[in-house]
Amino acid sequence: MSHLGDLPMWAAVPIAFFLILGSTLALLGSLGLVRMRQFYQRLHAPTLNTSWGTASVILASMLMFSVLDTRPILHELVIGVFVMITTPISLLLLGLAALRRDRVKDSPDLTDLARTRRITGRDPADPAETAPED
Amino acid sequence: MSALILTIALTYAQLALAAALVLACARIMRGPRAQDRVLAMDTLYVNAMLLILVLGMRNGSVFFFEAAAIIAVLGFVTTVSLAKFLLRGEVIE
Repeated sequence: MSHLGDLPMWAAVPIAFFLILGSTLALLGSLGLVRMRQFYQRLHAPTLNTSWGTASVILASMLMFSVLDTRPILHELVIGVFVMITTPISLLLLGLAALRRDRVKDSPDLTDLARTRRITGRDPADPAETAPED
Repeated sequence: MSALILTIALTYAQLALAAALVLACARIMRGPRAQDRVLAMDTLYVNAMLLILVLGMRNGSVFFFEAAAIIAVLGFVTTVSLAKFLLRGEVIE
């Protein structure tokens, strides 16, 4: 615990603030994952973890090690940028998979629009948009 | 004084992230369908990565970042391959 006492007060307060903010947001995101009813609602809850939950824990970590080493430490930005880029990709793919599975099962979770409109965005009734030849 | 503030904040962060892990595990066990479990496992990976970052702050060691980065990459690959499996029935076509 010696390195914690080395930090000056002006650094300790924002570090503690960002840590508490980030971990509370992560807890709220996971709580939403448990409490929400439909899968398409649940898909939105963990984005709290990956956006500001991760960002503020990373800010606290960067601040702490930069003050301790008296030079800027930017390693954590790699993790932050990676998580921010990959989360929309994985959640979009997961949403597509869930939509396809729900259509096959004809789930009552789907609205009428989600039931009929094609995933590709093409309108099947429009003769101008033909299917790809493959 | 700053040690006291940081110890309280780090302990709170560890407890909150552990509770978040437990909630994600509860969603994995309850399901009800496969996509819920995949989503909960993605959340589990992110929470574990944050917990390791907080652990690194508590120990004052920079070597925990590599572990956290590896966990982030593995979580992304796992979620994408499982979503691809649910979408198509196979991972690599």
